[in-house]
Amino acid sequence: MYAVRLWSVRHARFWEWFYQHFEWAYVAAGPILRKIGYDRLEKPVAVVERNVKGFLFDCQMCGQCILSSTGMSCPMNCPKQMRNGPCGGVRPNGHCEVKPEMRCVWVQAWEGSRRMEGGDRITVLQPPVDNRKRGSSAWLRIVREHEKTGEAA
Amino acid sequence: MIAQDDRRLVDPGDPLPPLPGHSSRGRLERVLRAGRFAVTSELNPPDSADPRDVFDRAVVLSEVCDAINAVDASGAHVHMSSVGICALLTRAGYAPVMQIACRDKNRIAIQGDVLGAAAMGVQNILCLTGDGVQCGDQPEAKPVFDLDSISLLKTIRTMRDEGRFLSGRKLTSPPQVFLGAAVNPFAPPYDYRPIHFAKKVAAGAQFVQTQYCYDVPLLERFMARVRDMGLHEKCFILVGVGPLASAKTARWMRSAVPGVHIPDEVIERIEKAGAPKDQKAEGKRLCIELIQRVREIKGVHGVHVMAYRQEEYVSEIIKASGVLEGRSGRVRARLHEGSAAT
Repeated sequence: MYAVRLWSVRHARFWEWFYQHFEWAYVAAGPILRKIGYDRLEKPVAVVERNVKGFLFDCQMCGQCILSSTGMSCPMNCPKQMRNGPCGGVRPNGHCEVKPEMRCVWVQAWEGSRRMEGGDRITVLQPPVDNRKRGSSAWLRIVREHEKTGEAA
Repeated sequence: MIAQDDRRLVDPGDPLPPLPGHSSRGRLERVLRAGRFAVTSELNPPDSADPRDVFDRAVVLSEVCDAINAVDASGAHVHMSSVGICALLTRAGYAPVMQIACRDKNRIAIQGDVLGAAAMGVQNILCLTGDGVQCGDQPEAKPVFDLDSISLLKTIRTMRDEGRFLSGRKLTSPPQVFLGAAVNPFAPPYDYRPIHFAKKVAAGAQFVQTQYCYDVPLLERFMARVRDMGLHEKCFILVGVGPLASAKTARWMRSAVPGVHIPDEVIERIEKAGAPKDQKAEGKRLCIELIQRVREIKGVHGVHVMAYRQEEYVSEIIKASGVLEGRSGRVRARLHEGSAAT
């Protein structure tokens, strides 16, 4: 929802704090999740993730979430799906070139990033989207990656 | 070094002898690295299948330009493709900057085009995200945007410097191109624009062309930040300029062309000139002044002249601005035989 999305960016610092703890929690739950089986969990977790993040951030389920690098403004809401910053067409009022009624997601991202402690992650170069991951859970992917790199409990 | 080259440089399209530290064998990179003030311009792409339409437009630009941009369906309007224009231009001995927009092609098509372009003799590639399809005359088209300008820069740099496709698969002969991007200091979020520029440099941009500049104080603020970050030492900056044909055109551009910022004072100045002919002359005068003003800004390495449907004035404007400092035009003598033979 557009209004909630704007609210979430205004509270980017809170969401950053929340995510840090939330991430810690589900990474810690890694061994249990593995026992249940990631494949079995994929569908239900993805449904929860789609609904929660869909409500808060208008998440498009790209499956490779970078909200913490984009000021809690989901870049997949950009009509050009730009993951590395705004295009040159941003209107003088900060609205989108393609959808004039919408604030540019990158104007939002920049504002959100200034509220966050790790806001400078906005300078990280993002690789192109892996289209195979669309629709899958980014949360579970993080847990799996933590396990692989041996950082998990 | 450049003076010696100059004598041999009758043909801006021919690959020059390789130089250490240069990515390409093109004229644009050489002029910039030699510390000269570079001039590029844009070829208005024809809605035609006749090569003469390309050559007629190129001949008037090449007189004063170090490279000519071949645009890729700008404004999301179909025209002759940038690949097609580059094929013609390189064949006739011109030095194009091939623009690639991410709107119409996915990563597979783009990487193939890069190889094809380099094989044809394209020395410069400009990476763009591209205007949205809604700007064009076919807004019902499917927008691709598989890459964005920054991931495109990085992709081509990987191809050139590591000799690999995005997948990691090896190339037998990498494309030796000078890589460019666009920056727009005149659109929000203004504080972020220099950081965005830094990101493009980190992704591989060696030169940038800016959106139309009609607001010099805003450019100066941007450039001050760019200098603080040392970006002007890592990347060549060509400021976009162009003559406004009339106050009416200026108003239309401001409202219809994405990312163009024209202050009211500028439009008033053109309007005050009066009759259409006088407004046009005032537009040209303003463009010459802008070139002279931006040239004085530290860190500006050249201008990119965009004269939509006014290509015939580019040469006049550049010559009047004095930026060439006696550098001569480089029209290829055998151009017309060349185009007739093909």
